[in-house]
Amino acid sequence: MSDTVNGSVVITHDVGLHARPSVKLTKLAKGFAATLEIAGAADGPWIDAKSIVKVMAMKAKQNSTLFVRAAGADAQAAVDAVVGLVRRDFDEAGDGH
Amino acid sequence: MERVEGEARDILGFQLAMLEDDALAAPAISAIAGGTAAHVAWAGALDGEIAGYEASDDDYFRARAADLHDIRDRVLRHLAGEEDAGATTGSVLLGDDIAPTAFLETDWSAGGAIALQQGSTTSHVAMLARARGIPMVVGLGELPSAITTLAVDGSSGTVQADPDAEQRKHFDAARESHARARASEEQFRFRPATRRTGTRIDILINVAGIAELDHIDPAACDGIGLMRSEFLFRDGAPLPDEETQYRAYRRFVTWGAGKPVTIRTLDIGGDKPVRGLTPDGEANPFLGLRGVRLTLARDDVFRTQLRALARAAVHGNLKVMVPMVTVPDELARSAALLDACVAELTAQGIACARPPLGIMVEVPAVAVVPELFDAAAFFSIGSNDLTQYVTASSRDDARVAALNDPSHPAVLALITKVAKHGREAGIPVSLCGDMASEPRHLAALLEAGLTSLSVAPARIARLKAAIAEL
Repeated sequence: MSDTVNGSVVITHDVGLHARPSVKLTKLAKGFAATLEIAGAADGPWIDAKSIVKVMAMKAKQNSTLFVRAAGADAQAAVDAVVGLVRRDFDEAGDGH
Repeated sequence: MERVEGEARDILGFQLAMLEDDALAAPAISAIAGGTAAHVAWAGALDGEIAGYEASDDDYFRARAADLHDIRDRVLRHLAGEEDAGATTGSVLLGDDIAPTAFLETDWSAGGAIALQQGSTTSHVAMLARARGIPMVVGLGELPSAITTLAVDGSSGTVQADPDAEQRKHFDAARESHARARASEEQFRFRPATRRTGTRIDILINVAGIAELDHIDPAACDGIGLMRSEFLFRDGAPLPDEETQYRAYRRFVTWGAGKPVTIRTLDIGGDKPVRGLTPDGEANPFLGLRGVRLTLARDDVFRTQLRALARAAVHGNLKVMVPMVTVPDELARSAALLDACVAELTAQGIACARPPLGIMVEVPAVAVVPELFDAAAFFSIGSNDLTQYVTASSRDDARVAALNDPSHPAVLALITKVAKHGREAGIPVSLCGDMASEPRHLAALLEAGLTSLSVAPARIARLKAAIAEL
C-alpha cells in the first residue's frame, strides 16, 4: 500500500465498538472505494473496516485507540470520515438515532 | 412503543449486517466446497464466532454471543425446512438463553415471562424485556428438567418451580396486587400532577446520560429538572471538547421540545473524582474543591462548557444550573463568565443564546439566607448534599446512615424557608434530590410549599398517582 493514508482516534463511546457503532462504521466504510482497514495497535493486525464480522471480533473497548489506514483514490476522505465518526461518539451524543 | 421499535430495529439491523457480510459465511462456504454438509459447515463456522464472543472478558461483548446463536439457529432451521415457531401467548420462556428474534416473535399481549439459566442483564433480550415490562430473571443455574409450572418474580429476581397450591395462591395475589397498583398508577403517567386541592405540581426528571432519553416519553413530564453533565467527563478519558459537549447538550434541549431542560455545570470532586481535574489526597473531599469551586478554579474547563451550553440554548428552553454555590460571588463570577462566552461567540458569528443561570441550594450557607442569592434565575434544592451537610452525616457510611435523614426537621425547615423566599421574590424553586422520588417524603415536601419536583424517570407515574391523593 504505497499511497497509504493513516489516522488514529480514541474510542470514547460507553461500551466501545459495540453492535450499533459497528453497524454505523461498516456502513460508512462501504461508501468508499478505497481499501479501508482498522487495527487496535499501530502495527496491526489490520482488519477490513467494511466487514462487521471482523470489526465486532476486534472487541475494541472504550478508551482504546483505533488505528485507521486506507489506500486508493478517496483514501484521505475515508480515513477522515471514520476518524470523525468515532470522534463524534458515532453521532449518538449529538443526533440521537 | 416507538422506543421498542427503535431497539428492535437496532438489534435486527445488527443481525442483518452480520448476515450480509460475506466474511460470516466464508468458512462455511469453503467447508461446503470441501464436501462438508451445509448444516454442519454453517454450525461449525458460527460456533467458531460464538466461542470468540463467549471468551470475552467484557459483559457487553459476551452478551453478543446470544445474537450469534440466534443467527446460527435460524439459518439451521431454514436449512432443515422448519418454520420459525413463536411461543404460545402468556407463557414463560425458559432456557439457557433466548434469542432476540424469539422475543420479537412472541406475543406478549397476554403477559408471560422469561427465565434463563444463563443469560445476561446486558443482552439485547434484556433491553427488549425492560422496555416492554416483561418480567425476566437471568443466571438461575441448572433448573430441574421436569418443570410444568414456573412462577417468575421479576421484582425479586427469583423463580419458584412447580409451586404448591399455597405458594401459587401467594404468587397470584402478589402478581395481581402488583399489576393493579401499576395499572392504576399508569393512568396518571400522561396527566399533569394535581393535588386534591387542585394545586398543580410540576414533575420534571433527573437524567445522567443520553441513552436514558430513549426510554422516556417527554409527554409524561414537565421537562428535565437536572441533567448531570458529568457523564461527558469520564475518569481517565480526554476532556470533551466544545463541539462534543454542544452536540450532547443540543440532544437534551431538542428532546425537551420547548419544555425546560436544566443542565447542571460540571459537578465533580467529593465522591466523583476525575483524574487531572479533581485534586488528589484531600482530607475531606466533600468539604473541598468540588462543584463550582473547582470549575471557577479551572477557568478553561468552565469556559468550554459554558460556550457549548450557550450554543445549545438556541435549540430550545435551556436553563443552566451551578452546583455547590456557597457565597453570592460564585454566582456573580459564573454569570460574568457566561456573559463573556456569549459575547465571544456572538463576535465569532456563532449562533448562541444566554440561558437563565440558577443555582443548586445544597450548602446550608445558602439555604439559611437564600435572600442573598436573588441574582439567581432559579433555585434547585439538592436535598442529598443539603441533608449530608445539615446532619453532618455521610450517606456512604452505614454506621451513621440513620442520621442522614432528609426528613429531619432541620432539613425540612430549610426547604420550607427556601420555598417561601422563592415565592416572595418570584424566583422559581424546585427540588431534585433523591427524596423527591420517594413517595413517603411527598407530603412533607408539598407541606413545605414546593410545587416543582425533579424525580427519577421510573417514578413518574407512581409519584403522580401519590400526589393525586394529597
